[in-house]
Amino acid sequence: MATEPVIGLRSPDLSVGTVTAMKAVFVRDLKTAFRQPQDLLNPLLFFVMVVTLFPLGVSPEVSFLQQAGSGILWVAALLSVLLSLDHLYRHDFDDGTLEQLVLQPQPLFLLVLAKSLAHWVLTGLPLVLLTPVLGIMVHMEGNSVVVLCLTLLIGTPVLSLIGSIGAALTLGLRSAGVLLSLLIIPLYIPVLIFGTGTVTAAAEGAPVEAQLALMGAFLVLALTLAPFASAAALRISLSNS
Amino acid sequence: MWQIFHKLGSPKWFFGIASKLMPWLLWVGAAMLVAGIVWGLGFAPKDYLQGNSYRIIFIHVPAAFLAQSVYIMMAVAGLVTLVWRMKLADVFVRAVAPVGAILTFLALFTGAVWGKPTWGTWWIWDARLTSMLILLFLYFGVMALGAAISDEKSSARAVAVLVLVGVVNIPIIKYSVEWWNTLHQPATFKLTEKPSMPAEMWVPLLLSVLGLYLIFGWLACLRMQTEILVREGRTRWVKELVQARGN
Repeated sequence: MATEPVIGLRSPDLSVGTVTAMKAVFVRDLKTAFRQPQDLLNPLLFFVMVVTLFPLGVSPEVSFLQQAGSGILWVAALLSVLLSLDHLYRHDFDDGTLEQLVLQPQPLFLLVLAKSLAHWVLTGLPLVLLTPVLGIMVHMEGNSVVVLCLTLLIGTPVLSLIGSIGAALTLGLRSAGVLLSLLIIPLYIPVLIFGTGTVTAAAEGAPVEAQLALMGAFLVLALTLAPFASAAALRISLSNS
Repeated sequence: MWQIFHKLGSPKWFFGIASKLMPWLLWVGAAMLVAGIVWGLGFAPKDYLQGNSYRIIFIHVPAAFLAQSVYIMMAVAGLVTLVWRMKLADVFVRAVAPVGAILTFLALFTGAVWGKPTWGTWWIWDARLTSMLILLFLYFGVMALGAAISDEKSSARAVAVLVLVGVVNIPIIKYSVEWWNTLHQPATFKLTEKPSMPAEMWVPLLLSVLGLYLIFGWLACLRMQTEILVREGRTRWVKELVQARGN
C-alpha cells in the first residue's frame, strides 16, 4: 500500500499550523483512496444493490415504492456508509500512520475531523450524487428527490462523524465489522428518523425548513462532539495494540 | 472527602463494605418489593377504565424506571473511569450492564403484555417503546464491546467512551422518536408532582420502585464482588479470603 507522507510527520518542526496539518491529512486521505478506486466504488455498488432488493423483495408497485422510496434510499445509504467505515482507520492502523498521527503536536481531534470529512467526500458525497438516479427508479417525485438529496447531503456527514467513533473503538479487534454495526446503528436512528421524516413531509406538501434546520443542528453537534470522542477512542485502541 | 474517594478506588475496601451492606439491601429491598407487589396486585383498587390489567404497572414501572437510571449510573461510572481511571467504576459498569439489559427487556415485555388487552396489540412502533428498544440495543453494544477487548485497561476506557456517547444520544433518540410517533401515555409517576392517582395505587407503586432499587443495589454489589474476585484473583487478600471461607 502506497503511503503519502503527512506534512510534518517526520520532521520535528512544530511550526506546521493546525490548519495546514488538517489539510495535509485530508488531501492525503483522498490521494491514497484514489489509488485504490475499487474500494471507492464498492460502497456505491452496495448502495445500488440494496435499493434494487426492495422492488424485487417487497413489491415493484409504483404506489408502494413512491411511499417507501425515501426510507429505502436512506437505509441503503446508512448501510453503505456503515460498510465503508472499516476503511476509515484500518489502513493507517495497519501501516503505522495512525500512530504517527496521534504523536503529532496538532490536536488529534482536528486531524480526526479532517479524516472524517475526507471519508464523507469519498463515500457520503458520491451517494448523494447517485441518489437522483435511484430516486427516479423508485418513482419518487421531483420535489421529493430534491429534498431527499438535501437531507442526505446534511445527514451523511453526521453518519461519517458518528461512525468514526465506532471505527476508532473497534480498531484492531477480531470481529470488528459486526461489532461496529452493533455499536453504531442505535446512534444512527435519530438521523434516519429526521432524514426520512423530512422527505415524507415534503411529499405531503408541508414546509421542510424546520426539519432541515434540525438536521443541520445534528450536523453541528456531530461536528463539534464526535471528533473528541473519536480521538479519545483512537488513543485507547492504539494503547491496546 | 479525598480519602473516601481514594478508598473507593480500592477493591478490597469496597469488598468489605459491600459484604456489610448487602444483607440490608437485600432484606429491606425484598420486604418493600414484596409488600408493594402484593399490595398492588392483590389489594389496590381496580382501575375504572382498565380493570385489573393496569396492575402490571407495579412491575412495569419499576423495571422501566430502573432500566433508564442504570444507564445513567453507568454513564457516571464511565466518566469516573475516564477521568480518574478508577478500577471500581469499570467493575460497576461491567457488573450492571446485563442487569440493565434484563430490566429493559422486562419493561418491554410487561409493556407488551399490557398492550395486548389495552391497545389491542403486542407491539406498536410508538416513541416510548422504540426508544426503550434502542436503549436495549445500547446495552447490548456495551456488553459486546466489553467482551471483544481482552486488555482490561483499554477495554474499560473503550466501554466508558461508548457509554458516554450513548448517553449524549439518549435524549436525542428520545425526542426524535417522540416527534416521530407516539401513543404511550406520559410518565405515570414523577418525583416532582403530586401523583394523579389515589394513594392506594401510588403507595404500593412507590414501594415497589424503591424496593427494586434496593434489590438492584444488592445485585450490583454481588456482581461487583464476583468481578473483583475474578480480576484480583492473584492478590493476597483474595487468596486469604477464599481460604478463610473454607474451600
